[in-house]
Amino acid sequence: MKIETPQQSIRHAADERVLVLCWGNPGRLDDGLGPCLADRLRALAIPGVTVDSTYQLQVEHADLVAQADLVVFVDASMTGPSPFLVQPLAPLGRPAFSTHALEPGTVLALANELYDAHPRALLLGVRGYSFDGFGEKLSERAEHNLEAAGAWLAAALTPPTGNATSSQGHPTAGPTPAHTT
Amino acid sequence: MNTTKRVVIEPLTRVEGHGKVTIKLDPAGEVESARLHVVEFRGFERFIQGRPYWEIPVAVQRLCGICPVSHHLAAAKAMDGIVGVDQVTPTAEKIRRLMHYGQIFQSHSLHFFHLSSPDLLFGFDSDPARRNVLGVAGAYPELARQGILMRKFGQEVIRATAGKKVHGTGAIPGGVNRSLATAERQELAAEIPQQKEWARAAVGIARDYTLDNLGFAAEFAAFPSNHLGLVRRDGTFDLYDGVLRAVSSAGEKILDDVEVDRYADVLIEEVKPWSYMKFPFLRELGPETGWYRVGPLARLAVCDRIGTPEAEAARVEFVEAMGGVPGTMSLAYHWARMIETLSALEEIERLLDDPDIEGDELVLQGERRNEAVGVIEAPRGTLFHHYVVADDDTVMQANLIVSTTSNNEPMNRAVESVARKYLSGTEITEGLLNHVEVAIRAYDPCLSCATHALGKMPLVMEVHDAEGRIVGEGRRSA
Repeated sequence: MKIETPQQSIRHAADERVLVLCWGNPGRLDDGLGPCLADRLRALAIPGVTVDSTYQLQVEHADLVAQADLVVFVDASMTGPSPFLVQPLAPLGRPAFSTHALEPGTVLALANELYDAHPRALLLGVRGYSFDGFGEKLSERAEHNLEAAGAWLAAALTPPTGNATSSQGHPTAGPTPAHTT
Repeated sequence: MNTTKRVVIEPLTRVEGHGKVTIKLDPAGEVESARLHVVEFRGFERFIQGRPYWEIPVAVQRLCGICPVSHHLAAAKAMDGIVGVDQVTPTAEKIRRLMHYGQIFQSHSLHFFHLSSPDLLFGFDSDPARRNVLGVAGAYPELARQGILMRKFGQEVIRATAGKKVHGTGAIPGGVNRSLATAERQELAAEIPQQKEWARAAVGIARDYTLDNLGFAAEFAAFPSNHLGLVRRDGTFDLYDGVLRAVSSAGEKILDDVEVDRYADVLIEEVKPWSYMKFPFLRELGPETGWYRVGPLARLAVCDRIGTPEAEAARVEFVEAMGGVPGTMSLAYHWARMIETLSALEEIERLLDDPDIEGDELVLQGERRNEAVGVIEAPRGTLFHHYVVADDDTVMQANLIVSTTSNNEPMNRAVESVARKYLSGTEITEGLLNHVEVAIRAYDPCLSCATHALGKMPLVMEVHDAEGRIVGEGRRSA
């Protein structure tokens, strides 16, 4: 999957089932970027888009992911580019270091293994800066990045007008994100 | 010349938060001691201070992504005291219990099916690339799916009672803010037969593993200890409420019938310079011998019976296998945990059949107080919340003893026991790392309420010499 421009819809068809799965702890400063983005996206009620947010990704999310055609995983990023990073996500063959909290690639791999489900997947990492401590307020720079990421994602998830990939009518308010392919 | 060496392993896989294991060798190269260092951010008491008391049951859920419901309920129980309510209405208590049993059910299911089962099914020394949740999904897909569906059921119980799967608001000072609708009751009740079948089977897997490996389990990270937990006044197992009881390794009562608001009279929290975590101990016995276990193994040690029939039958078999005395085997936590899972499901079944859970008497109010304690048996063990609230309704002081803190010393003992057996020289072998992990994982610790943003959690292993130089290093990348 290659993301050409932020103006382009990432949906292949209007009837595609889209899941935006955000995670993080809103009580740990910028770690709450994921849930904050979920709140914003929910308010937009984009047709065909299901938004879920959780503290941590876990095994049951494999079941949720298996019911989608396209999944956008959204988390705070501690080291990624600002304002946000979007990259395709592949199943991860081996879990990372805490299965009290799974990596998104492991959730995808579980969906593959247990449900024979192979949704397309993207990872959206919104850059945060303040993680050490308790507090329910995002840092100023993280707020700015949230704004940019939210605008980009809302535009990117607006259903295409035809069945093919479309770039029509998807304005973005945020700066161009860092893309990888 | 100081010729001791330290072997460092950090952090642990499949354990929440950051942990570091340091193994100190004596001049002869033998293990002198082992310590589990915990990098825990101890800022949450300050996070709570200054907030209105009625916000606390919701706010404390921010502390932990693993067992937020336990913090929610422990805080709500404490806040009952603040609003002068010693006993909430039957509907409120039953809704809270239902929420709690849902939490126990989903938490224990996750631990057993997806964290521990790879060790038990593939063996401790099997390839780590396979000995994980994906390995189970590949080799035992039905078991992995069962684990997911059991966890989802527990979360649906939480959603129905707390309003949301995560960060619910159901318990409030003096009661609850919702009861169940008939449709919710029926929907959950319809799932009980299937869930029970799976829960029974899980008890069987854990039992068979323990009995088939009894000789090994009696040697691996096994040691006598005191045990602490809540029981009802008649000694019956209870995860939601009761009085404190502690027993010795011989099963003799050290504490009995201690009201929870007297916890500070019977427990002391010791601070050690090398760990952020405190080390609680029984005041009567002192720090050397007063440390204790909490959690499933301890709860089966302190109770006289379980009040649900199938779990009670399983408990009797468990106690017999332990030789009629409190369990010494860290690996027996798994069996005990599954017995509790079955008990929680039996309690859920009973409550879903009780018309009180559709009641409308939800909340009470009494005479305002300034200090209160709430204690609950969280999935990992006894959880204490203690608050002092000012006349302006804001929290002045808070003290929390989380379950993993109580299991701190037992986990250190477990690591030391394993290190003595499996460390050879200073090399951190896969075998050593695997066995250390298995020993700690038996306690299902939540070592810190860490953030978990992208980019965290490397696995680094280091060997330090006496001067602090790194003489060996290993790393697993994600």
